[in-house]
Amino acid sequence: MSTDLKDALFGYALRLGDTSLVLGHRLSEWCGHAPELEEDIALTNVALDLVGHARMLLTYAGELEGKGRDEDRLAYRRDVFDYRNHLLVEQPNRDFGHTIVRQFLHDACAVEMYERLCASKDETLAGIAAKAVKEVRYHVRHSGDWLVRLGDGTDVSHAKVADALGRLWTYTGEMFERDEAEQALVAAGIVPDPVELKAAWTARVEAVLEDATLDRPADGWMQKGGRRGEHSEHLGYLLAEMQFLPRAYPDATW
Amino acid sequence: MYTQGLDARAEQGAPPSPRLVTEDEARLQGRFQERVDAEEKIEPRDWMPEGYRRTLVRQISQHAHSEIVGMLPEGNWVTRAPTLRRKVALLAKVQDEGGHGLYLYSAAETLGVSRDELVGQLLSGKAKYSSIFNYPTPTWADIGAIGWLVDGAAIMNQVPLCRCSYGPYARAMVRICREESFHQRQGYELMLALAQGTPEQKRMAQDALNRWWWPSLMMFGPSDDQSAHSAQNMAWKIKRFSNDELRQRFVDATVPQAEFLGLTIPDPELRFDAGTGHYEFGAIDWTEFNEILKGNGPCNRERIEARRKAWDDGAWVREAAVAHADKRRQRALKKAG
Ligand SMILES: [Fe+2]
Ligand SMILES: [Fe+2]
Ligand SMILES: [Fe+2]
Repeated sequence: MSTDLKDALFGYALRLGDTSLVLGHRLSEWCGHAPELEEDIALTNVALDLVGHARMLLTYAGELEGKGRDEDRLAYRRDVFDYRNHLLVEQPNRDFGHTIVRQFLHDACAVEMYERLCASKDETLAGIAAKAVKEVRYHVRHSGDWLVRLGDGTDVSHAKVADALGRLWTYTGEMFERDEAEQALVAAGIVPDPVELKAAWTARVEAVLEDATLDRPADGWMQKGGRRGEHSEHLGYLLAEMQFLPRAYPDATW
Repeated sequence: MYTQGLDARAEQGAPPSPRLVTEDEARLQGRFQERVDAEEKIEPRDWMPEGYRRTLVRQISQHAHSEIVGMLPEGNWVTRAPTLRRKVALLAKVQDEGGHGLYLYSAAETLGVSRDELVGQLLSGKAKYSSIFNYPTPTWADIGAIGWLVDGAAIMNQVPLCRCSYGPYARAMVRICREESFHQRQGYELMLALAQGTPEQKRMAQDALNRWWWPSLMMFGPSDDQSAHSAQNMAWKIKRFSNDELRQRFVDATVPQAEFLGLTIPDPELRFDAGTGHYEFGAIDWTEFNEILKGNGPCNRERIEARRKAWDDGAWVREAAVAHADKRRQRALKKAG
């Protein structure tokens, strides 16, 4: 693999890994506080899967980079401007409906992406995708089912998820952003084409929104910056919490 | 986790009212006791004495509540676990505890109470849960100490319950105990990493042991001479060993583990008695235990408030799920009609 392609793949794995890690973290904040016991267990389960994916992806990113950084070095010793996650997933938890909308918008993209990554010409990435896709298929069913229940539930639940959809839609454009590095990966058959991904995502989202009796928001201005390390104010607090121990005791192993 | 006999004293004020036992009932009771004595399992549809049913509902639901409330002190560290491997392990553990709560509520439901009713008792403060979870987890070492000591004490209590005379409880316990021993090993391994780490990490581990040691001993409940329900529960084979026996087993198993870690058990009177082969330990301060039972522990209010908040905040979600299921049912009916 050429150095340029390797760099591009490092960035891609990092973005996927960071996105999984940050979303897993947000979900884990629900642990012990969900609306019912079954849902507490289900959300924790999704969080576990996502952190598991992050571990595989960050480990691989570290190998591609070749500077000796392992999953923990990458997760715990980078500041906000070196994180590459989508802005969508760093948005703080509000109510359960907001969590479900955030999750579904992400899952619908993740499942389409991992399905395609299974056929990646990069064996390691294909292997990771093969493991992740089974779990992500379950995630999207779980968040989609809840979105339908809440959208087509009571007036209160409908209003709450409609509000969350309006708040979060602006973060969806970033998931399909195209840049030169990614185009090179697409051309090499390593990652799926974002254009194709967006079409598949749109079809999925529209079908579920229809069942949920929710209107699809208009594609207005899209917030971007995650892949360049330009984040919201929220990520810093998340990292401060997550990274507290390794930062406070830099010489310790745990 | 679960505290055996934790409400033994709280209940003393309300003795069961005496009532006449009919001849039929006497025969049923005799037959019931014979089956229990023969180590047969009692199943939900079998006849059972009212006191047996009541005792089991109380014990199983307290155990279930303890699993659920126990998710809070450990959940407190899931966002701050210091490595991704530790984060995954802790999330999985807290998830297991939620699962234990589920099996146990199901076991209690076989005795004719609903989960909503039982949860209502927890939220209103009427039902008890293990006092151990009213202690805080200010440092990461507390996660190790809970796994090692609290899950460890829970196992001592619960392994005999795998042979409990009530079938559904015994079966739930087999599965739960397997997972609890995994938690215990994981907690010990976490403590080992700290004990072998930097001086600051070792200090963290010792500090956690200092705070969790005595509360862990209290998890076995009051001393045998103070314990109200013991004899009857033994006869019913709900309980197999006395509180003091189980506590002694725990001490005997745990002291060498602490020594291996190079940590000091905070009990100046602790010593090995070569004659008996057991460790002798100092007197337990039951004043603290009783104050926590009364609601005066460091976290009693926070724990119940957190459970109530989750329940109240989730009300609209549960209502929506019910409303949606209704809509679906009606649509299906319309289609069929
Ligand atoms: Fe337990
Ligand atoms: Fe448990
Ligand atoms: Fe446990």
